[in-house]
Amino acid sequence: MLTKRIIPCLDIKDGRTVKGVNFVGLRDAGDPVELGASYAHQGADELVFLDISATDEKRKTFAGLVRQIARHVNIPFTVGGGIGSVEDVDPLLEAGADKVSINSAAVKNPHLIDALANAFGSQFVVVAIDARKVGNQWTVHTHGGARPTEKKLFAWAKEAQERGAGEILFTSMDHDGTKNGFAIDPLAKLHQLLAIPVIASGGAGHPQHFADAFLLGHADAALAASLFHFGELTIPDLKKILHRQGIATRATYEN
Amino acid sequence: MKVAVIKYNAGNIQSVRYALERLGVDFVVTDAPEEIQRADKVIFPGVGEASTTMNYLRARQLDTLIRDLKQPVLGICLGMQLMCAHSEENDTPCLGIFDQPVRKFVAASTQKVPHMGWNDLIGCTDWLPASLNGKFVYFVHSFYVPLAPYTSAQCDYGIRFSAALHRDNFYAVQFHPEKSADAGELVLQSFFQATS
Repeated sequence: MLTKRIIPCLDIKDGRTVKGVNFVGLRDAGDPVELGASYAHQGADELVFLDISATDEKRKTFAGLVRQIARHVNIPFTVGGGIGSVEDVDPLLEAGADKVSINSAAVKNPHLIDALANAFGSQFVVVAIDARKVGNQWTVHTHGGARPTEKKLFAWAKEAQERGAGEILFTSMDHDGTKNGFAIDPLAKLHQLLAIPVIASGGAGHPQHFADAFLLGHADAALAASLFHFGELTIPDLKKILHRQGIATRATYEN
Repeated sequence: MKVAVIKYNAGNIQSVRYALERLGVDFVVTDAPEEIQRADKVIFPGVGEASTTMNYLRARQLDTLIRDLKQPVLGICLGMQLMCAHSEENDTPCLGIFDQPVRKFVAASTQKVPHMGWNDLIGCTDWLPASLNGKFVYFVHSFYVPLAPYTSAQCDYGIRFSAALHRDNFYAVQFHPEKSADAGELVLQSFFQATS
């Protein structure tokens, strides 16, 4: 059967992973290629690399890094950060990226979703949505959650699907960094509303949070960063715990 | 052994290239007919839409070239679907190497389309070793090939469909071995060891 996916997310700045990484046996914890390959080896199902470089100049080096990742990582990976046009995507696809994720640029110019889906196929386009609750409305934010927009989460997710998004990566800014669990209610509502897969993001701090995202939020995949990077939870351990709760994942450990 | 990867507007050529590099295979990515015909093994990759891709292949006479190949040929994903008779994707006549239709998955509340992610192989036979049974490989597709007498692996997504095919010198997989970690590498190696 189709399994739930576990996705580590790596933030990249000027070609290096940003947050400190506490992994035993890595020669260079700042090297995204080595870290990505290590996650793939541990049993990650996909990887996300987000380029948070401040300048366009630094971003240009990202395609070179994507090529190195594609060479060394034998599982699918998504790249994102600073993509504003079809022209920005060409070199990433050519370098071997499996999917791209777009966020603020899609909010500003929703036609970008149509353009990317037409040019490369829906399976290539992940629309990332950062939202937080304002009053009792889930409101879309851009620029890393700093700027509120007019858009509401559910209407925007539906529109993104209709424009050709292949997946929705939903981050609750209210939960991100708290380690108190994913935002279950909006996940369940997205699942009801959409025909495309939903990736849960923001709030992972404990194996049970993943189980809740899958069982209660019906997420197709769950993403986490620091929890994995600091070695607080390993992917094989997480998959073992999920297995005991009857959640099917790609078994990469000995039962 | 020299492997030719057919160069055309497929989306996964880079990934196939890097997977072959990791396996240490001697290969060339080419659309030159004589270079493809001369190779010991041929890989026909594919990510994209059926009718556009068939038009592209026809315009370059790659359709007849592929159909007439005598050495082992491996179709991947859309490559596998295009080797069938006809695809429901924009009502597209395909290469007709496998006498099977290509059908669209029906979305349901419990089942999203595309079928995207890791799913396990069932009933591996023929060129695929039994050790691949229960192993997970990476799928991304909205259309599928039904079970056929020459299905060499199955997968279950609401219904059973063909995860792999083999007839004469033609081999095909619906999943992406180039993105399927160790299991995918074993599938590629099994193809390279296939003799006819």
